[in-house]
Amino acid sequence: MQMIIANRLTDGLVVFYTDGGGWSVDIAEGIVITDEADEDRLFKAAKSDEEHCIVIDPNLIDVAVEEGSPRPTAIREAIRAFGPTA
Amino acid sequence: MYRYDEFDQKLIAERVKQFDRQVTRRLAGELTEDQFKPLRLMNGLYLQLHAYMLRVNVPYGTLGSKQMRRFAEIARKYDRGYGHFTTRQNIQYNWVKLEDTPQILKDLAEVEVTAIQSSGNCVRNITSDQYAGSAKDELADPRMYCELLRQYSVLHPEFSYLPRKFKIAVTGSPNDRAAVAVHDIGLRMHLNEAGALGFEVLVGGGLGRLPYIGHTIRDWIEPEHILSYVEAILRVYNMHGRRDNIHKARIKIIVAQMGIDKYRELVEAEWERIKDGPLQVPDEEIERIENYFAPPQYDALEDETELLLAQSADNAGFDRWQKSNTVEHKVSGYRIVNLTLKAIGLPPGDMDADTMDAVADLADRYSFGEIRVSHRQNLSFVDVRQRDLLELWKALDELKLARPVLDAVSDMICCPGLDYCALANARSIPIADDINRRFVDIDELADIGELKINISGCMNACGHHHVGHIGILGVDKRGEEFFQLTLGGSSDQNASLGDRLGPGLPQADVPDAIAAIIDRYKSLREQGERFLDTYRRVGIEPFKDAVYGDKDRKAVA
Repeated sequence: MQMIIANRLTDGLVVFYTDGGGWSVDIAEGIVITDEADEDRLFKAAKSDEEHCIVIDPNLIDVAVEEGSPRPTAIREAIRAFGPTA
Repeated sequence: MYRYDEFDQKLIAERVKQFDRQVTRRLAGELTEDQFKPLRLMNGLYLQLHAYMLRVNVPYGTLGSKQMRRFAEIARKYDRGYGHFTTRQNIQYNWVKLEDTPQILKDLAEVEVTAIQSSGNCVRNITSDQYAGSAKDELADPRMYCELLRQYSVLHPEFSYLPRKFKIAVTGSPNDRAAVAVHDIGLRMHLNEAGALGFEVLVGGGLGRLPYIGHTIRDWIEPEHILSYVEAILRVYNMHGRRDNIHKARIKIIVAQMGIDKYRELVEAEWERIKDGPLQVPDEEIERIENYFAPPQYDALEDETELLLAQSADNAGFDRWQKSNTVEHKVSGYRIVNLTLKAIGLPPGDMDADTMDAVADLADRYSFGEIRVSHRQNLSFVDVRQRDLLELWKALDELKLARPVLDAVSDMICCPGLDYCALANARSIPIADDINRRFVDIDELADIGELKINISGCMNACGHHHVGHIGILGVDKRGEEFFQLTLGGSSDQNASLGDRLGPGLPQADVPDAIAAIIDRYKSLREQGERFLDTYRRVGIEPFKDAVYGDKDRKAVA
């Protein structure tokens, strides 16, 4: 399972690509991608938002869904999603 | 303190306007990130894990109370209410918005502060001894030469696109508190046989992926030739630096590959050509800048030995603090006071806006309105009357800035690590916190004595781990954080790089490992020996044994 993560241009905050084709600072609102065809399509759309200067450096990241909530599997992306741990 | 002249003001105002236009174009979609990145970096603006980060220069670590109040205002208005003092004597804001940065730079310019060249492949903030001008052991105040170099290097057209970043540090004291041996150029003040003041020039020191202690390229140079000699070093570097490989682009690599003798030969040849040219600093210019660093109007006071003894006898907390956190001053009746930014539960170097304001008020009241930032991420008031110490201690204690741990285990250098930094591989702040909570007993810390622990969250070594008495380096091993320990590093006048102790440890094991190293030191130390002295006498083996015992030392990471 994957999600698309990026930084928002105006304030740099971490955002997730959503079902409606927008971006949210709340990971729970981000779309969890389970299908390869969706992955290509959505990532292209996200890259287009980069070209239109809405976000910076969109990337696909691996996530696991625990109790209905997505959580990045890599520690770096989990820190990006949920903020500093200290 | 140096005050901006009309050239400084004009240059900065133009620069802010220029950046304002660049940000407007970026927000309007006229510039891509690839086009904008080098422009924002030239103005100290990074994009980190969570947000934009703005690094603001504190030239040679010297700040006025007015500037500190502005830092507080910016923290409150544009950030999340705090800032982070760095190992390069600067301050960083972790949560600024791109759209706010031009206004932030305008606000900073009003109090003569900039973020110019706090990033990018150029000459960065010139750093120095935090006690400059007040230290009893210094030959002369080094800040005047720092300022000369600052004016020379800001927006220098030839050196704005160096192969890589370039860091210069200057010390006026033989006891090096500015870590000059691990800078691209280090300047150490000396007197020659005739008693004239000059500098020993070191080159090619640095930390990061490939650490080196700097080599002496010239034993002594007259102050009027400082700029031309630095220019010769920079020019040779600019010509020979490895622009093809970012990991080999620093001057230390060129000096190591070429050899210091060859590098010296090239520099001396270039210097011979330019030394009597326009870069020869006229005496009147040296005098003009020197006047900005004239000592404050000290009162004629005697040392208050009796008073301090009596106050210490009455108050154990004050006694501990005075012994740990204050330092001898060159003027009788005064003392240098260190404010340790190492409270338990707070990231080293962090300070909230209210505390910044309070520090500014205390600086006005007790230390001629001046504040210093040290590369160990503490602040100092360098001109405090001895008779005011007790009162100041009480005020600092309320602000949690009087923990008597200067140079002790809790006085850790710590980079932001993976909690904030886009380059990091591991978190460093939680490691500092774990160690801090493990060593809470002030008597125990005093008994252990001087032991500098430096923590970096990656090989880039912003936390100076190579030169920590104990260095801790965070690494990523298959998605998990591990921490490699080094022992025996030092950044003082006898600088050395630490030796790797053994395999990396998981986070949970680090405090126990530090405790084991300290216990072994206590069992081995001889009268008056600091940890570093004992380590240099006995070597690494007893400490390997203390941490790993019979375990396979090659296992884990």
